[in-house]
Amino acid sequence: MSYPVRSAERVGGQVLQLFHNTGHAMFMLLEATWFIQFSFGKRSRHETVTQLYITGIKSLAVISVVAMFTGMILALQTGLELRRWGQEEFIGSAVAVTMIREMGPFMTGLIIAASVGSAIAAQLGTMTVSEEIAALEVMSINPNRFLVMPRLVALTLMMPILAVYTNILGILGGAIVGTTQLGVSLTSYMNNATEFATNKDLYVGLFKAFIFGIIITTVSCHQGFMTSEGAVGVGKATRRSVIISFLVILVVGYMITRMFYL
Amino acid sequence: MIRFENVTKVLGRRAVLDDISFEVGEGETFVIVGLSGAGKSVTLKHMIRLMLPDSGSVIIEGEEINHLGRRALQEVRSKFGVLFQSAALLQWMSVCDNVALPLREHTKMPEAEIISQVNEKLELLGLGDAGDKYPSDISGGMQKRAGLARAIIMNPKIVLYDEPTSGLDPVTSRRIDDLIVNMREQLGITSVVVTHDLHSALAIGSRIMMLHEGRIVENATPEGFIKSKNETVQSFLASQYITKKGKWEELIHE
Ligand SMILES: Nc1ncnc2c1ncn2[C@@H]1O[C@H](COP(=O)(O)OP(=O)(O)OP(=O)(O)O)[C@@H](O)[C@H]1O
Ligand SMILES: [Mg+2]
Repeated sequence: MSYPVRSAERVGGQVLQLFHNTGHAMFMLLEATWFIQFSFGKRSRHETVTQLYITGIKSLAVISVVAMFTGMILALQTGLELRRWGQEEFIGSAVAVTMIREMGPFMTGLIIAASVGSAIAAQLGTMTVSEEIAALEVMSINPNRFLVMPRLVALTLMMPILAVYTNILGILGGAIVGTTQLGVSLTSYMNNATEFATNKDLYVGLFKAFIFGIIITTVSCHQGFMTSEGAVGVGKATRRSVIISFLVILVVGYMITRMFYL
Repeated sequence: MIRFENVTKVLGRRAVLDDISFEVGEGETFVIVGLSGAGKSVTLKHMIRLMLPDSGSVIIEGEEINHLGRRALQEVRSKFGVLFQSAALLQWMSVCDNVALPLREHTKMPEAEIISQVNEKLELLGLGDAGDKYPSDISGGMQKRAGLARAIIMNPKIVLYDEPTSGLDPVTSRRIDDLIVNMREQLGITSVVVTHDLHSALAIGSRIMMLHEGRIVENATPEGFIKSKNETVQSFLASQYITKKGKWEELIHE
């Protein structure tokens, strides 16, 4: 067979594989969504609470630092620019609107994908290669209910909450820079920040965070379940889950912004 | 009870199972032996449809399982208890919770009853005081036994053991052998045991089947197995010092 035909065939095969995997991941997500009704039932309560705790508490330190500095950087950059026109008092709105619309959910998404998402992929991957998933199936315990659903609940609940937290810390970080470096008074910073940020900005931001939670759960659980080849495979699955989550978060984040603001 | 009809399974370009047919009767202790990579675990996985054959059929109690729907498959799987080669305990749960898992998931049994059943099984396997420990804190042999306790907690009709005694000391190994025999004699449980240990295979098996390069090279009673003319079988026997003229013989029967 000639080279073009062969490579076309290979690309075709990969595209098919991609569709197949996406379908698989979607089915997993749908099933886990259906099982949400049992999330606080007797059998799943414990796991759901554990996952809520892991997602909500364990990443708080990193999120705090990143959120603070994001706000500080935003304030500094826009502040320096605004100062040229004598408009420093507008850094409040610049920071608040950027955080709430974009940076809050986006930063939270990246951090959670890199910390919680990668941990999910590694754990489920290890379970797959050590036959624990197979054991669950033989015991007729549906992994999508037993493992995916609690993580889905935890991530979709926690992502918006964490995004709000990120927003608040980011705006605070901006305030610190604004008051200490740029000579804006705290009251005018705060007034300005609350004046221009609309409810719509908040809702769209929260909606994004919620969607990012779904994306991270789906990608990392699916990568975990697809793991093969022992410990090496677990490493690959973890890396892939972070990369794919990042890409999908970027693309979907853009599409949501476009949908609501264009 | 379990029947394979012309089962072929290709994994990574190699026919791991190549047109295999055999039958396990009710109440048998069917032992599968073979070198590493011979396809023993793959054979077990076909019995509970963790793998689907590329061709051929797997029949459990007269029911072909390869095309079953979800409910029916659950029904079939509920007949089985499975001890996986890696024990497959959930790492974040204590031994006790692991063994209790099937009861908690599938029955409405009160907690006290669950605990007492779990403890009974743990006692039986000599794990009486390991219930509170986590899988990562106990030895491989203990994990195996905990996995076995979980496999039999729902009182299945058929138990599949993937190397139940590998990694266990000889004394504990014999205890597991006794347990397998007891379950057959007292409860009429059908067992399929994968093992490398021919001594235990000969002691507990009602039939022994040897797999080699994707094919069945022998399927016979222990007696027939020892007498097999097949060269692969002969060298397998010899590798475990089961030969006509054992070198210990004279020493022991002085
Ligand atoms: N999921 C899989 N994907 C690809 N190849 C596999 C898979 N599972 C098993 N194999 C291959 O099939 C062959 C038989 O594997 P199997 O696990 O059945 O061996 P085994 O007889 O149980 O050996 P052991 O005594 O080492 O456990 C091996 O060559 C293995 O590499
Ligand atoms: Mg094996």
